[in-house]
Amino acid sequence: MTRAKTLLGLALVGAVAIALVLGGTGVFVARAADPIKIGLGMALTGGLSANGKPALMAIQIWKDDVNKKGGLLGRPVEVIAYDDQTNAATVPGIYTKLLEVDKVNFVVSGYGTNLIAPLMPIAMERKLTIMGILGLANNEKYKYPNYFQIQPSGPDPEANWATGFFEIAAKQNPKPQTIALVGADAEYPRHAIAGARELVKKFGFKTVYDKSYPPSTVDYTPIARAIKAVNPDVVFVASYPPDSVGMVRAAAEVGLQPKIFGGGMVGLQFTTVMASLGPMLNGIVNYDFWAPESTMMFPGIKEFFAEYQKRAKEAGVDTLGYYLPPFAYSAVQILGLAIEGSKSLDQQKVADYIRANEFSTIVGKVRFGANGEWAKSRVLQVQYQGVKGTDVEQFRGPGKKVVLYPEEFKSGNMIYPYSAAQK
Amino acid sequence: MFSWDLVANAVVAGILLGGFYAAVSLGVSLTFGLLDVVNIAHPAFVILGAYAAYVMNSSFGLDPILTGVLFTPLFYLIGAGVYRIYYGSFERRGEESLRGLVFFFGLLFIIEVALSLKYGVDYRMVEAAYIGKSIDLGGVGIAFRLLVPCLVGLAMTLALYLFLSRTFYGRAVMGVSQDQVALRLMGANPVRIKTIAFGLGIAAASLSGALLITISPVVPSTDRDYIGRVFAITVLGGLGSIGGTLVASIILGVAESLMATLFGPSWSLAVSFGILLLALAVRPAGLFGR
Repeated sequence: MTRAKTLLGLALVGAVAIALVLGGTGVFVARAADPIKIGLGMALTGGLSANGKPALMAIQIWKDDVNKKGGLLGRPVEVIAYDDQTNAATVPGIYTKLLEVDKVNFVVSGYGTNLIAPLMPIAMERKLTIMGILGLANNEKYKYPNYFQIQPSGPDPEANWATGFFEIAAKQNPKPQTIALVGADAEYPRHAIAGARELVKKFGFKTVYDKSYPPSTVDYTPIARAIKAVNPDVVFVASYPPDSVGMVRAAAEVGLQPKIFGGGMVGLQFTTVMASLGPMLNGIVNYDFWAPESTMMFPGIKEFFAEYQKRAKEAGVDTLGYYLPPFAYSAVQILGLAIEGSKSLDQQKVADYIRANEFSTIVGKVRFGANGEWAKSRVLQVQYQGVKGTDVEQFRGPGKKVVLYPEEFKSGNMIYPYSAAQK
Repeated sequence: MFSWDLVANAVVAGILLGGFYAAVSLGVSLTFGLLDVVNIAHPAFVILGAYAAYVMNSSFGLDPILTGVLFTPLFYLIGAGVYRIYYGSFERRGEESLRGLVFFFGLLFIIEVALSLKYGVDYRMVEAAYIGKSIDLGGVGIAFRLLVPCLVGLAMTLALYLFLSRTFYGRAVMGVSQDQVALRLMGANPVRIKTIAFGLGIAAASLSGALLITISPVVPSTDRDYIGRVFAITVLGGLGSIGGTLVASIILGVAESLMATLFGPSWSLAVSFGILLLALAVRPAGLFGR
């Protein structure tokens, strides 16, 4: 028994000694050549894949850019991505694998509100620093301090989303009085419409139509006709790409001509949608995040689009990529800057650094507020003007998507009413 | 907000929508309703048809519906091939119920992923002279984007009806759905007849895909929006009844449109499926089922 104890003791001492020796020689510590791993799930198939694929492409471009410059903290960067199939149920499994099997150093969210939501509890439980990619109001209930979201919604995401649209509407002369609100029965449109209802009260409009529709609706002409019947001055639409196209076409077909039309239509920013709708877009005032106007040319953005558009052509994704890709790039750009700035891979230190600093990114200067959203909203309101035919090339230059709001990025004046812009 | 003008517009819009639904559902009515093959991949073939229309439209400027017509022989061959694989692997062995369903699910995902890999996941649309234009007939607005698919849907329904009721092969298809042994005794090969019928069902997807992309933008996963709808229409109309499929399509189209116009669009789908449940409670075999 005594001999056995002695042997066990010797074995333990030996094991500790070997561990110390190996540790000292660097076998157990990260070597300089070990990559810093960033993991994410992304919608590469399914309903949001039209955005998910370009987002991942942008993140890969950032990785290549960083590695060309020597990586982060002298180590190369590796991106590990899995297809979440636009299915929220896959998210917990993907991130568990990323953390437990792939041993990633940091995680970034997938694209969109629905895919960020299931990641929040995982991030909170493991105290992760998490960069969110275009989620609307994901952190409003959790108040998780280490969540940062790159969509420029602002400190009050629901209300800030449409503030510009309502401010513009209220400034017109004569001021429009009545408004119709219509949106899909889905996560984002519900948030957007909820925010719009608050703004209706704030700006003193009278709501004459407030309805939602199922996302699988095929024909939008009955909706457009019902809105036309109540003759609103303003029509605020919160929709996803297929319904945005449906609403714009239906409005043109039934002759729906409010004084201001647009608001929160996702999809009108996509190249194929813009090219397909062509002149039907004229006069629409809609949210956007970036437009090729002189006021939006931030350092690095031109180089990013040059690389993105080259890759997008081969991959069959949004060819111009003005909507989501630069923001996906900026999300990881901020993460990289924070790793370099804090000289650390510690989740908390990196989160503290992100919270305390302003970052110069390809989408401009970004500072986060207490809830992880942009400290100041920068949701643009643009108006489509002078669109002729369906040639994609016309959207590359300035003048087709004129920035009306916010004032500091304004690039032109609004054509009012909507019908005047359609002539 | 009620007005007769709105009701008239809603009814017309519903009929137009119904004509399109009929076009999309015909293939399922043929394969599921008559052949008892749960071809859950049918909407994926519809999307394949939509992409064929997109490619020909964007590359050669070809009209989407003309493309739909031109591609029907190819889709027929694909359909016939798919049925042969299905028959050889499952139906002949009597394993068609669950395994066959899994086969078609797999096929649906393969088509979806293949389209994603080949054409990406961007929204695809077509251009045609009639898209975006409308006419006003006595206060009733008719969008050509919906009128053309409705007319094509009606023509497809009529053609299929005439085929099934007036031709030898059509009657054989009806026969195979009723009594395969009797058909064999008449000297006809049920497998061959079913191959022809399945091929026709998939050929219809070529045209209905072209109609779909004329109405709204398409991505590879759009097929999922239609799975429930087309099977509901087929069941409501009565399995195997081509006329029933058209009537059920129009009922659902008009119900959706009236709800969207008068009471709020969020109820439109719930009411449509409510009608389905009610109809099945009264007539379990569907409106025109035997």
